[in-house]
Amino acid sequence: MIDPMDRAFISALCLARAGLRIDPDRSYLIEGRLASVARREGFASPVDLIQALRASGDERLGWAAVEAMAMPETQFFRDRAVFDHLANEVLPALAKAREGEPVRIWSVACGTGQEIYSLAMMLAETPGLADRAELFGSDLSERSLEKAQAGLYSQFEVQRGLPARGLVRHFEKRGEGYALSPRIRQMVRWRRVNLLDDLSRFGQFDLLLCRNVLGAMAPEAQVRVRAALGRALAPGGRLVLGLKDGGELLTSIAPEIGLYAAPGEGGPMNVEPRRMATGSGSMVVEL
Amino acid sequence: MKTCLVVDDSRVIRKVSRRILEDLGFEVAEASDGVEAMAWCSAVMPDVILLDWIMPVMDGLEFVVRLRGEPGGETPRVIFCSGETEIDRIREALDAGADEYIMKPFDGAIVAGKLHDLGLLEELAA
Repeated sequence: MIDPMDRAFISALCLARAGLRIDPDRSYLIEGRLASVARREGFASPVDLIQALRASGDERLGWAAVEAMAMPETQFFRDRAVFDHLANEVLPALAKAREGEPVRIWSVACGTGQEIYSLAMMLAETPGLADRAELFGSDLSERSLEKAQAGLYSQFEVQRGLPARGLVRHFEKRGEGYALSPRIRQMVRWRRVNLLDDLSRFGQFDLLLCRNVLGAMAPEAQVRVRAALGRALAPGGRLVLGLKDGGELLTSIAPEIGLYAAPGEGGPMNVEPRRMATGSGSMVVEL
Repeated sequence: MKTCLVVDDSRVIRKVSRRILEDLGFEVAEASDGVEAMAWCSAVMPDVILLDWIMPVMDGLEFVVRLRGEPGGETPRVIFCSGETEIDRIREALDAGADEYIMKPFDGAIVAGKLHDLGLLEELAA
């Protein structure tokens, strides 16, 4: 058992590094998530892992623990109405406004990739949109990103939210799991991003999705991330938040599905140029 | 109340499915093969059919093809619920007239999700 002092230590580490709010009383969650990190890192138990962390302050080990605590639950086409609205309204309007330039889409805290791949499948099935988008996925967790990039999902995962027609069209069976086709996988670029870091270096995006993480963050971190996401929106761009996240400081477009624009930017989508990525900000970084 | 016909030669699976569907507010009837299911459908078409594939007398694939040829047989949504997990087999079932496909083993969340996506369930518990 991890004692309350150690749980408080982990909670404080998550808050400091990633703005995550982990209730130290959730012993089952903390124990469970850290058990797999401990096993992977060669510790006999989560308690030994925490002791080593306390003693050494090891940077990499600390991140491994924080990333394990951060892993969000995700599924294909979660909240279907959101995807329908994006496909029918938002994406065609963005593509039209960009006049042949690609629409830049970023799934922030993409977890194991189901959200951005759902969009990729949707785009691939829509004539005229398939080649008109650049898709990016980022997450704090390296392990989540590795799984996302591999595009290999369990039988259970492909039955949550993904229509059987989508499974048949875009996946092939590999062992006990299902592998997403290279065509869809190659539509997405991946990068590890901590939302507390400077996000402006990645340039601006026409569509941002951040539906899995805000609710898990401390209030101050939420404010900071919301503001940073607002600044990362291109003129006329749109931001999708989780249905329970709330859009303080943003312009409501269709709050019932979590759709917002940057402050003062609720008007029609237009063709003002985007601020592009700078220096180290390229999203095209292989893991 | 929406109706669901559960077609499976396993009594255990029928029982599990019945419990899941009744919890979701469906009225449930059972059949143990395609012929029994056909008889039920000629009397009254259910809103949705949860259909096993491999069964004695008449299997699920033959059933769905026959159902779709019957008067009113286009109406029920048909969800296969089968241990067949190969992509080609799933495609075969969809092409034969099924609307959705669940691979065994399954759970209540998967059933609820598919019913919701087919418009047969209003609210999806979070």
